[in-house]
Amino acid sequence: MTLVRISDDALALACGADDVAAAFVAAGCTVERVSSWGMHWLEPLVEIDGIGYGPVGVADVGPILNDDAQLLCIGRIEDYPFIAKQQRFTFARAGKTRPLSLEDYAANGGWQGLAKARELGSVATIAQVTESGLRGRGGAGFPAGIKWTTVANAAADQKYVVCNADEGDSATFADRMVMEGDPFMLIEGMAIAALAVGASRGYVYIRSEYPHAIAKMEAAVRASAHLVAPFVLEVRVGAGAYVCGEETSLLNSIEGKRGEVRAKPPLPALEGLFGKPTVVNNVLTLAAVPWIMANGAAAYASVGFGRSKGTMPIQIAGNVKYGGLFEVGFGVTLGELVMTVGGGTASGRPVRAVQVGGPLGAYHPPADFHLPFDYEAFAAADGLIGHAGLTVFDDTADMSSQARFAMNFCAVESCGKCTPCRIGSTRGVELIDRIRARAGRAADKVETLPQMHNALKAERSLGDEITLLEDLCETMKFGSLCALGGFTPYPVLSALRHWPEDFGAPADREAAE
Amino acid sequence: MDSIQQIIAAHAGREGPLLPILHDVQAEFGHVSEDAIRTIAAALNLSRADVHGVVSFYHDFHEAPEARAVLKLCRAEACQARGVEALAAGLADNPRVKVEAIYCLGLCSVGPNAMVGDKVHARLDAAKLGALVEALA
Repeated sequence: MTLVRISDDALALACGADDVAAAFVAAGCTVERVSSWGMHWLEPLVEIDGIGYGPVGVADVGPILNDDAQLLCIGRIEDYPFIAKQQRFTFARAGKTRPLSLEDYAANGGWQGLAKARELGSVATIAQVTESGLRGRGGAGFPAGIKWTTVANAAADQKYVVCNADEGDSATFADRMVMEGDPFMLIEGMAIAALAVGASRGYVYIRSEYPHAIAKMEAAVRASAHLVAPFVLEVRVGAGAYVCGEETSLLNSIEGKRGEVRAKPPLPALEGLFGKPTVVNNVLTLAAVPWIMANGAAAYASVGFGRSKGTMPIQIAGNVKYGGLFEVGFGVTLGELVMTVGGGTASGRPVRAVQVGGPLGAYHPPADFHLPFDYEAFAAADGLIGHAGLTVFDDTADMSSQARFAMNFCAVESCGKCTPCRIGSTRGVELIDRIRARAGRAADKVETLPQMHNALKAERSLGDEITLLEDLCETMKFGSLCALGGFTPYPVLSALRHWPEDFGAPADREAAE
Repeated sequence: MDSIQQIIAAHAGREGPLLPILHDVQAEFGHVSEDAIRTIAAALNLSRADVHGVVSFYHDFHEAPEARAVLKLCRAEACQARGVEALAAGLADNPRVKVEAIYCLGLCSVGPNAMVGDKVHARLDAAKLGALVEALA
């Protein structure tokens, strides 16, 4: 009997994997539902004896079984360039194991990290994580070891480990793939964190837009409860608020409050969930820990670039030919990711812009393709790598419209706690609308009042409006409480800077400054 | 059908039970009514304003029931780059289907994407999206 392996990841399901699997069963094959390899343009991807076929439709099942599907065949999946070029640490098991099989997990290196941590104890475990150079994968890039040390040193009757699985950024799906494809790895990472800092309870906060990830994590938590005991883990479901991906807002949400951002200090590491010391880490941060513990900090730190150690699961999406998950050491250039790995645009048109880091990340023109994927290099280019999602746009994209979307997204999703984000985003949308209409604006009634000393009395030209937009972005960037208001200026200003012609400004504006 | 009291009782003893309760109420009744807010507030020793504040904060909770079938269409950047705006603009109004904007289903390399209930759909074009809407109507 032929053994056929097909992913049951949400993306494969959305592409029709269930129908394909049913067709193979009807043809007398045994079908094993595994995690996704991350080659999304090939989904549903079918594996028979290590050989891959994709994208497979129901009509292709007969030809594949009769060895008459050369056009769909990609050869040995392991040797396929997209896979062979990667350095898979976190996604080492992707495509190979059944997500909810404890047997598969244990047989493929699972639980070795936790065993090692139990053997080493708290102090040495934290030392390993610190030496590995692992930085928070949620976007801020804060060293995980330092955060853990703070929590470990805090005295309290109760501590928590919270996993931030509120992966709301567009173009990011690595967290979803971990939870749907290798949920025990995340649980193991959380158990190691709990052991290291002395926490007895943990929460995984998953956004409600990920029903498949929620179901898999809940099943995995139940199945592995005896293996991570006395640590107790629970899944909590978000309720459609983007801002809950911000750590303090996420903590409020678990507590059953409005997802409003808290002022820092106090740091969550000292006063977090229910006021207790709390480790809040992203899925990818916690998922990297079992590998580090099992293989040693030095092995992890030997890969990478500058102060960005280890590997990053990079997510290539948008208008791109070969979209998917590409895990590789830091330092690969943006151009290589978009053009070589991603194959350029799916539409076949030239690339106009690449947004790196989700809705709060900057838009980069092809002139930035030399940038190495590294926290510091992107920061120096007025951008950020965030959660490492790339959205590729072709030359039909209107960048002033993208800037308006960024402002509007901030207005829709703002928690309302701080003024620059709550009011600034709405004023920003109005301002960009005026700029897009190429309309100036006469001073309104309030502005002409004698007590409004600082308001401009003369009519504003398009140039004045653009200066005002830059000023507003400056206020939002430095005056907002969290990254939602604080980083919305990145997509807006980068669009304005690199594509001034879309805003009606002369193209040489930057050169003139 | 579970009553609100039964739902509250099922979450007794949990830390921070409000969101799980609201999720269950929303799933069971299709909305979180004024009465439900009153009952939940009393049971958790919160003010009605507190509970109302939480219900109104999150996009998933609704204070009034939705009579139409709902299709959630992703309108985030990656789907924009793959042409969702043109799809949305060309979508005929259907009085029995509400097309709601959602920001990201995490299927960003195979968009445009939509979700109906818990079922996800990828690689949508005008014909496929139209068929999804028709099936709901």
